[in-house]
Order: sequence, then C-alpha cells, then structure tokens
Amino acid sequence: MKCKDFLNELTDYLDGRISESLRMELDEHLHWCHECHVVMNTTKKTIEIYRDNELYELPNDLRNRLHQAIMTKCKKSQDSKKTSR
Amino acid sequence: METIQKRAEEGISSELALVQAAKKGDLEAFSDLVRRYDRNIFRIAQHITHNEEDAQDVVQDAFLKAYQNLDQFQGNSKFYTWLVRIAVNEALMRLRRRRNDRTVSLDEDVETEDGAIPREVADWAPNPEQLYGTSELGDILKKTIQGLSEGFRTVFVLRDVEGLSTEETAEMLGLSVPAVKSRLLRARLQLRERLAKYFKSKRGGDGRQ
Repeated sequence: MKCKDFLNELTDYLDGRISESLRMELDEHLHWCHECHVVMNTTKKTIEIYRDNELYELPNDLRNRLHQAIMTKCKKSQDSKKTSR
Repeated sequence: METIQKRAEEGISSELALVQAAKKGDLEAFSDLVRRYDRNIFRIAQHITHNEEDAQDVVQDAFLKAYQNLDQFQGNSKFYTWLVRIAVNEALMRLRRRRNDRTVSLDEDVETEDGAIPREVADWAPNPEQLYGTSELGDILKKTIQGLSEGFRTVFVLRDVEGLSTEETAEMLGLSVPAVKSRLLRARLQLRERLAKYFKSKRGGDGRQ
C-alpha cells in the first residue's frame, strides 16, 4: 500500500467504517510509515479539537430574544392563514 | 417548563408527535421544536455566514419557513435533517448577498487538488489546545475554519462538528455520498495543514533529522 492509497481511506479509517481486512492493511502501513502516522494522528486531533471546543455558543438572552421573535412571526403567519381561508 | 413536563408525562414529547401537533396548529409544540434545535441552527449559520447578524436572521427565517412549510414535511427523514437543509440554504443565500451576488454554490471547488496532499508532516505538541488560552484558541479555530471554501466548510461542520452521518449530510446538501466523503477528506486535511502552524511540537521531532 502506498501513502496515496492510505490517504484515500483516511476518512473511513477515522470514522471506523472499513472492513476488518482493510483496517489490517492500513494498520500495517501505519506501522512503518511515520509520515502517514503523523497525518492520521493530527487529522484525528483536528476533528477532536473542533468537536470539543464550541465556537459559537448562543447566549441565553439572545436565545430568548430569537425565540420570542420566531414565535411572534409564526403566530402572525398562522393568523393570516386563518383570515385568508 | 411546566408545559414541557406535562407533555413528557403525557408521552407526546417525541419529535414526531411534536411535529404532528405543530402541523395541526399547536404553537406550543412548535416552540418546543425551536428550543430543541436553535443552538445547532445558530452554530451552523455562524459557521457558514461568518456573521452574527446574518446568523440571527438565518435562525429566525429557517424556523419560520419550517413552520410555514410543515405540510410539506413528509416524515420520511428526520425533522432535524429537513430543518438543517432549510437553514443551510438560507445561510448560503445570505452569504451570496453579502458578496454582491457572486454565486455561492456548494458545487464549487469539487475537483481541486489543493490541500489533498499533506505537506506538513511534523508531529504536534502532546496537548496542543493547552498551548493557548481559551479565547486565543477560539480565535485560531475560527480563523482557520473560515479559510475553507463554503463547500468544504459546510460538509465539515455538519459531519464533524454536528456529528451527522455522511448519508444525512448528503441528503441535506443535495450531494452524492462520494462527493460528501471527498469534501470531508479535503476539509479535514486542509484544516490539519493550517492548524499545524499553531500546534506543531516545538521540539521539531518529525523523526526525520
């Protein structure tokens, strides 16, 4: 297996969506290829960092304001639907 | 809160039951659905638009559109999948508007080889996040993900940040499963490449000296 072949399978490898035999081949490649090992580990870390650090939290006061605005618009839309019937 | 508890007691708190009730005009049921997903929709909208004002508008418009079109929701996909699809379209529309109508399409950048081949192979520090304070780390992560093209960014956010499946992401974006997979790989590799500059091990041990 070449590094290019390993890269093609990287996403499925990290997501655990590969057959046992392919996993063994990829593990074998990782065993001797330091570069692919680093790429695999740092890609995994990249995903974890983005998953674990919530970048855009919705603050409670904004959340409440948005909620109120949404419900007012929905109510209006419901009312206008009723009158047009 | 009382209403939510009451619903749970009555055993109608499941998503489908809320959708059915909302379809019949129960605004309280729809309000529960908004509360269930508003944080996710806000996050997705922020990632796509990079703009808080736009993200707020996307949240409002996406939920309103969902409410007005509940009749069209067939129930053969999850309500959340359907809702995100509406929100992504709204977000892309706003992004396009801000960029003076330059076409923003998820079909861009399909065939580019950029970032598909790793150049940076130095290992990272053992706990890279601890090299920075929380707000500095947040800025680095935001700046880095914003550098991806919309197509890659959207796929990465839905798949890896929101934790949706490849199939769900494909359905939401109207892409094929192989297209989602290919974009996800490129997005992941490009982010990794760009983050390396901040997270590289200072000891320089890539094992090849």
